[in-house]
Amino acid sequence: MTPDEPFALDAHDRRLIVATQAGLPLVPRPYERLAQELGMTGGEVMARMQRLLDAGVIRRIAAVPNHYALGYTANGMTVWDVPDARIDELGGRVAALDFVTHCYHRPRCLPEWPYNLFAMVHGKSRGEVEEKAARIAALLGAECRARDVLYSSRMLKKTGLRIVA
Amino acid sequence: MDERDRGIDERDRAIVNALQRGLPVCEQPYRVAAASLGMTEQELIDRLRRMLDERVLTRFGPLFNVERIGGVLLLAALRVPEADYGRVAACVNAAAEVAHNYRREHAFNMWFVLATETREEADRCIARIERETGLAVFRFPKLEEYFVGLELAA
Repeated sequence: MTPDEPFALDAHDRRLIVATQAGLPLVPRPYERLAQELGMTGGEVMARMQRLLDAGVIRRIAAVPNHYALGYTANGMTVWDVPDARIDELGGRVAALDFVTHCYHRPRCLPEWPYNLFAMVHGKSRGEVEEKAARIAALLGAECRARDVLYSSRMLKKTGLRIVA
Repeated sequence: MDERDRGIDERDRAIVNALQRGLPVCEQPYRVAAASLGMTEQELIDRLRRMLDERVLTRFGPLFNVERIGGVLLLAALRVPEADYGRVAACVNAAAEVAHNYRREHAFNMWFVLATETREEADRCIARIERETGLAVFRFPKLEEYFVGLELAA
């Protein structure tokens, strides 16, 4: 689902994004609070937020857990070589598994990299990631021609995405 | 039983599970969510604040899709000789365009994401990394993203 035309933000949308990218205010009426900061009405802030949600600029208004704090200390990027002709169907089914947190079709880089389906899997141990990868393998069956799991061993850098007004 | 129990109880867990899915846009979204969790609005707000302070949650709020407003996210990887790993990591991390960078256990042992306003900026950054490291950067642009139904159970 990648629309061709980027969504055009106006100046008010950008200010709203800048004001909320660190988080939604933790007060009973968060949109009223934002409206006061931005010189808009609460109704306008809510209408703009809903429009950005409908347009896909905002995926959702939600909590993002720290995987590690929840005990998910093993992080495996599972990668698969499946036929291009069936990848959308297979990718959709892999993504629907409840332990897959991201799932993408990406290009192969032959000969070094034969894999075209990437599915991120988190577990409380590597054994758990292996079990989950085995469930993906079972789902793909004979369509899987090669596979691998790349465990992350260190975060070298992580910064938030920054949108400037 | 293990460190997942550090500092979070069943009510926190219920919040994390419910709020990964998202809150509606309405005047009192916390009240709506709290009612379905069987707690007061204030308890929900207090628990969210504590979990953010304790880094159980990394964020709470709108999750933006920068690609939808014309931004570019590009996954790229390097095969770095172990002896040279520190120098290459420093070079990649020095680029402001690099949003995250992870070491992974594989011949492709460095994976990073470029976040830029345009494709050309990403290309320039990659050319610079190739020049400075002497290594080929492998690009893995997203061709399709598959909808992930749910979230990790807390």
